[in-house]
Amino acid sequence: MGSLRFPWLELGILLPLLGAFWTQRRRDPDVARRDGLIIAGLTLGCMVVAWIDFKLAVPPGARDLWSPIPRPSGGEFFAIDELSAPLPAMGALIYYLTILGTLRTKAGEFSISRTLLSESILLATFAAATPWGLVTMMAIGALPPYVELLRRRRPSRVYLAHMGLFVVFLMLGEYGVSRAASHAEQPLGPILLLTIATLLRSGVAPVHCWMTDLFEHATFGRALLFVTPMVGAYGVARLVLPIAPDWALEVISIMSLFTAVYAAGMALVQRESRRFFCYLFLSHSSLVLVGIETATSVGLTASLCLWLSASLSLTGFGLALRCVEARVGRSLMTEFHGLYEHIPMMAGLFLLSGLASIGFPGTAGFVGLELLVNAAAGAMPFVGMSIVVVAALNGLAIIQAYFRIFAGPPRATSIDLRIRPSERVAILIISALILAAGLYPQPGVSDRHQAADRILQARAGNASATAARSDAGTTMAPGQAGKLVERVAP
Amino acid sequence: MSPWVFDLLGLGTIGSPALLLTVFGLASLAPWPLSERAMARWTAACVSSGLISLSLILAIMWGTGLRHVVVEIGDWVSLPDQGFHFHLKFIFDPLSIPFAGLTFILTGVVGAFASRYLHREPGYRRFFQYFAVFLLGMVVAALAGTIETLFLGWELVGLSSALLVAFFHERAAPVFNAQRIWSVYRIADAAFMIAALALHRAAGAGDFAILAGSDAWPMGESPLTSTQALGVGLLLLIAAAGKSALLPFSGWLPRAMEGPTPSSAVFYGALSVHLGAYLLLRVSPILELSTLLCAAVVIIGLSSALFGAIAGRAQTDVKSALAFASLTQVGLITAEIGLGLRYIPLIHIIGHASLRTLQLLRSPSLLHDYHMLENAIGGRLRHEDRLARRWLSASLRRRLYRIGLNRGQLDQTIDRFIARPFTRCFQWCDRMERRWTDSLAGRRSRESDRVAPGSSLGEEP
Repeated sequence: MGSLRFPWLELGILLPLLGAFWTQRRRDPDVARRDGLIIAGLTLGCMVVAWIDFKLAVPPGARDLWSPIPRPSGGEFFAIDELSAPLPAMGALIYYLTILGTLRTKAGEFSISRTLLSESILLATFAAATPWGLVTMMAIGALPPYVELLRRRRPSRVYLAHMGLFVVFLMLGEYGVSRAASHAEQPLGPILLLTIATLLRSGVAPVHCWMTDLFEHATFGRALLFVTPMVGAYGVARLVLPIAPDWALEVISIMSLFTAVYAAGMALVQRESRRFFCYLFLSHSSLVLVGIETATSVGLTASLCLWLSASLSLTGFGLALRCVEARVGRSLMTEFHGLYEHIPMMAGLFLLSGLASIGFPGTAGFVGLELLVNAAAGAMPFVGMSIVVVAALNGLAIIQAYFRIFAGPPRATSIDLRIRPSERVAILIISALILAAGLYPQPGVSDRHQAADRILQARAGNASATAARSDAGTTMAPGQAGKLVERVAP
Repeated sequence: MSPWVFDLLGLGTIGSPALLLTVFGLASLAPWPLSERAMARWTAACVSSGLISLSLILAIMWGTGLRHVVVEIGDWVSLPDQGFHFHLKFIFDPLSIPFAGLTFILTGVVGAFASRYLHREPGYRRFFQYFAVFLLGMVVAALAGTIETLFLGWELVGLSSALLVAFFHERAAPVFNAQRIWSVYRIADAAFMIAALALHRAAGAGDFAILAGSDAWPMGESPLTSTQALGVGLLLLIAAAGKSALLPFSGWLPRAMEGPTPSSAVFYGALSVHLGAYLLLRVSPILELSTLLCAAVVIIGLSSALFGAIAGRAQTDVKSALAFASLTQVGLITAEIGLGLRYIPLIHIIGHASLRTLQLLRSPSLLHDYHMLENAIGGRLRHEDRLARRWLSASLRRRLYRIGLNRGQLDQTIDRFIARPFTRCFQWCDRMERRWTDSLAGRRSRESDRVAPGSSLGEEP
C-alpha cells in the first residue's frame, strides 16, 4: 500500500466550502444552481471514494499526507471509522439530490451558497476526529437554518430557544466529561447534559417543537437538509453511548419509543403536508434512537441500518413532497389534489420511499425494521410490539398522504406540471438505491454489524476501564477502526 | 431425481411473477410506456411459464411419489454470530401446489379478461402493474417455506389490494374505502409480525419445517406447548381474520368492491380473501395443540358465515351481495379448519374461488343475463326466501334485515370506539403544541394555518 494517498475526505469537506463562496458571487440564480450542482456532485464523488478508500483498509498513518487542512499537534481534524464511513457519502448524496430536485423557478429563493456551506459543516461533523471537533461542528451546524429564518424574516424564537439550549448543554456536557476524564467515576451531570443536548437535537418529545417550527417557517429544502442526516443520532452514538450507564440508555430508549408512537399518531391528524412530513420523520428518527439505546449487537446493527434506510427513503419522500409543493404550493392533507395524472413518476417515488421508510418487504428499510423488532423484543417484548404498532401507524399515514396528494379529479392547470429531467434523474437514483439496498441487503447489513460491534467493544472497554479516558491521543486514522467511538478526550 | 431439477423449476415458478413485476416496474420508469398489448402478452407469458413450471414439479412429484419438495434460495440476510437469518425457502407440498396452481390459473384468466375489459381505460397500465405485485405476493405466500417469506408475500398482496380498490381514484369513495382496507390490513400485518416474532422466540426459528413439523402437510407436529400455541395462534387468527374479512373485520369486504371488476373477482372472490384461511391451514399443526384455539377459530368462522348470510340478503347491488356470499363461504372454510378438517377446506377454497370468480366476472352483465332468462321463460324470475319465512317470525326477519342493511354497524362501531377517540386524543395534543409554540414565539406560530383549501402559498412565498 502506497504511503501517498489523496485526501478525499478533506477535499470533500473543502469543496462545498469553496463552492459556497463561489456561488455567492454568482448573480444569476440559475447559474448558481448549475455550479452548485456540479460542486455537490464532485463532493459526492469525493465522499464515495473516501468510503471506498476506507473499505480498502488503509494502514494507520498512511493517510492524509497531502492533507490541505493544518493539523494540531498529535492528531488530525478529520477521519472516518466503521460507524461514520458511509455517513459523509450519504450526507453528500442527500445534498446532491436536494439541489438536483430544486426547480429552476425556485433557484432564486433556495440559497445554493448557504446550502453548500451547510453541506461542508455536515460533512465535517460526520468526519470530526475528536469529541470537541464533533461538538463544535454540531453547534455550528445549527446556524444556517437560523440565518435563513432571520433573512426570511420569519419567527425564529422557538428554534433559537431549543437550539440555544442544545448548544449550551452540549458544550457544558462535553466540558464536564473532558474535565472529569482523569476520574475513575463517570461524571453523571455532564453525561446527563450531553444526553439532553443530543435528545434536543434529535427532536425527542417533549423537546421536539423546534422541528415542526422549522418546517413551518424555513424553506422545505433547508428543513429537510437539516433533519434527514440525523445528526442528533450521530451525537448519541458518538458522545453518549460510549459512556452512558445502562439505566440512562433505558430512559432514552423509552423516551424515544414514546416519541415514535406520539409522532406516528400526530402524523395521522395533521392537516398540512409539511407538518405531516415532520412528524413522520420524527417517528422514524426516534426508532433509530430506540435501536441505539438497546446497546446490543443486533439492536445497534438494526439501528445503523435503519438510520441509512430512513435517511435515504425519507429524503426521497421529502423531495417528492417538495416537488409537489413547488407545483401546487403547500398542500392540505384534508383534500384531494389529483396530481397522479400529471406526475405519475413522482407518485411512484412517493409511494416507494414511503413504503421503504416503514420497512416494506423488498425495500431498503425492511431488514433494518425486522432486526430492530427482533432486538427490541429480546430486550423488552413490550418495546418490540410498540415498534410494530409504530410501523403500522406510519403505514396508515403514508398511504393516506399518498391518496390525498395524488388521488382526486385531475387538477386543472394552465401550466405544465409534468416532471422535469433533473427530477427524473433524482427519482431514478433514489429508487435504484432503495430497491438495491432492499433486494440485496447483506453487504450493507454486514458493514453496519461490524460498526455496531466496534461501538459495543468500545463501550465495554470504557465501562471496564474508565481510566482509559485519561489517555491522550485522539488521532483516528481509518486503519484504527473503532478508535473514534472510544470517545477519548484530548 | 436430481435436486437441481426442482431448483430450476421452483425458480421458474417464483421467477416468472418476479420477472413480470421487474419488467412492468422498469417500464414505468422509462419515458416510453409499454403498450396495452405488450402488457397483456407479458402477463400471459409469465403466468403461463409459472404455471408450466409448477405443473412440471407436480408431475415429477406424482411420478416419483414425493410429497414434500423444498427449494432453498439461501439466506437473504444473515448475522451468523447473532443467530439471525432471513431464510428464503419455498415448499411444494399438497397444500402449496393446489393454492399456487389456483393462483396462476385464476390470475391468468382474470388477466386475459381484464386486458379486454379495461381496454383504453386510462389506468390500464396501473392496473397491470398492481396486478403483477399481487401475483408475486400470492405465489410467494402460497409457496413460502418460512413464516418470514409468507409475510413478504402477505404484505405485497395487501398493498396491491388497497391500491386496486382505489383504482378509480378520481372519485373520493374508492379512495376512502381503500384507506379503510389498508387500515385493517395494517392491523392484520401487525398481528402477523408479532406472531412471527413470538414463534421465533418460542421455537427458535421461523421455518415451517420446525414450526409445523418436517413431515409433509398435514402430518406435521409442532414443538410448541399448548399455552404457546394458544398465544401465537390467537395472533395468527387476528391476522387471518383481517385478511379474510372475518368478524370483527368484515366491514371492509363490500367496500373492496369499489375496485374494477377483474380485481374484485380475483382478490375478494378468489384468492386474497382466502389467504387468511390458507395461513390457518399452513399452521394447522399449531392449531391442533390447543382446543381453546380451535374453538375460537370455529366460533369466528361460524359467526362470520352467519353474518355474511344475513347481510348478503339485504344488499341492493350484486357485487356487495357477492362479497357477503364470499364471506359466508370463507367463514365456513374457517370453521372447517377449526374442526380439524384439512383437505375439505382446501377443496372448498378451490371450488369457492373458481365459482366466485365466474360470478364476479359475470356481474357487470347480470341485468342482461336476467333479461335473457326472463325472455326465455316468458315472465319475471321469482325471488322468495321461503326458508326464512317458514322459520323466522316477521319481527325477527325485520330486525335481521336492519342488521344486514347496516352491515352490522361494524364500521361505525370501530369508528366510534377506536378511530374517533384516537383522533381526538392527538388533535388535543396538537392544540397543546400550538399553545406552547405560540407562547414561545410570542405570536401565532403556525404559518400552515393560513393554507386554505385550494390556496397556493408556494414554497418560498
